[in-house]
Amino acid sequence: MLKLVLAIIRRDLRLALRRRADLVSALFFFIIVVSLFPLGVGPEPELLRKLAPGVLWVAALLATMLSLPRLFADDHRDGTLEQLALTPQPFALVVLGKLLAHWLVSGLPLALLAPVLGLQFGLSGDALWVLCLSLLIGTPALSGIGAIGAALTLGVRGGGVLLSLLVLPLYIPVLIFGAGAVDATLTGLGAQAHLSLLGALALGGVFFAPWPTAAALRIALE
Amino acid sequence: MSNKHINWFRFASPQAFYPLAGKMIPWFWALAAIFGVAGLYVGFLVAPTDAQQGEGYRIIFLHVPASWMSMFIYLVMAFWAGLGLAFNFRLSGMMATALAPTGALFAFLSLWTGALWGKPMWGAWWVWDARLTSELILLFLYVGFIALQSAIDDPRRADKAGAILALVGVVNVPIIYFSVKWWNTLHQGSSVNLAKSSMAAVMLWGMLLCALACWMYAIAVALMRVRTIILERERHTDWVRAELIQPADEV
Repeated sequence: MLKLVLAIIRRDLRLALRRRADLVSALFFFIIVVSLFPLGVGPEPELLRKLAPGVLWVAALLATMLSLPRLFADDHRDGTLEQLALTPQPFALVVLGKLLAHWLVSGLPLALLAPVLGLQFGLSGDALWVLCLSLLIGTPALSGIGAIGAALTLGVRGGGVLLSLLVLPLYIPVLIFGAGAVDATLTGLGAQAHLSLLGALALGGVFFAPWPTAAALRIALE
Repeated sequence: MSNKHINWFRFASPQAFYPLAGKMIPWFWALAAIFGVAGLYVGFLVAPTDAQQGEGYRIIFLHVPASWMSMFIYLVMAFWAGLGLAFNFRLSGMMATALAPTGALFAFLSLWTGALWGKPMWGAWWVWDARLTSELILLFLYVGFIALQSAIDDPRRADKAGAILALVGVVNVPIIYFSVKWWNTLHQGSSVNLAKSSMAAVMLWGMLLCALACWMYAIAVALMRVRTIILERERHTDWVRAELIQPADEV
């Protein structure tokens, strides 16, 4: 069963690496959204430092959202998804593999890129480290919750907008604790509590999300 | 129906439920009107003016029931949706679809009346208080549910997809509520306290009567909507054709 998950991850990674443009454009979207904020609110370093956790996290949510429709759409279009649904192994495992692969190509680069952008906002070394860590812990939850939304809107009219309508409200707890962790570091409270809660959300999300996602995909495939 | 053992599953079929709902609707409307008039009478004429909040507090007679209903209807909606998903009852999905707009309406009403109350009391239309924020998110969840269902053309698929979304939402509602609550206390501390130390019994009665009125109204409206949905979805069947030519409500 682990073999199946690994095989799916390997396959999805290979497909993603063959289409690097998709990957890179989501990352650039992240960079551009983050750079828009100083232009919008002014260059005062104090204000920017205060805004940084929220801005970086909201941009990360949006960038993840942007990459979600591709999670199942390509496989759905060429019929691969139907074949995967027919495997004797639990379909939820296939979904788990796809979800982890999605995190590797969307969440992980965001987490690694965020500290660089944090520098532009004048975050301290501690805060940059916590920002990276909070994104590393939090983005799997985003992939998990997002997968449910992506499966529900698969092949539906206006899927992209609809997806954001469904998924963004459910992202709120992750946003609160993710940005809260960085904020707590900035104010000297320590990020431990936030990171623990974030970890709980991520574990819960990755563990439970494959079932509703698999159920939603089966509905879409009917 | 004289048989003592009523087969409740019979009413899981839209055809059997349609006339039953038709018979129940006037009763619920009547109850809604009675409770509403009684509640408003108690609320406006019997209940005394509040010592701290003046006359403005009277909006709670609509505000609190609306908030209760918005939360409760989401649970009921998720219950029907889950039932429909588990047992494949067509009617359950229709009930969930019929309840969603009423729930969204109550969530909106609760936010709106809250804003009207907040302006004179707190001096602001909107405060990022935990309760307000989670009510707003609840409204988003309703909107997402309605949008998802209306985007899918096949009603069976819409029911099932909506059911999964409603169940995921129900699991998330407490998580969202507590995270917003902690976010609020971590950021600024509870700046607003309703300070509802002890509500006068008359006010409580007025509020309960209004809550019952809202409840009856919600049931009546949901039943009317579900009847429309039944007609729309079953329009190809013979009984609907017969129904539309000669309404059987009087029978």
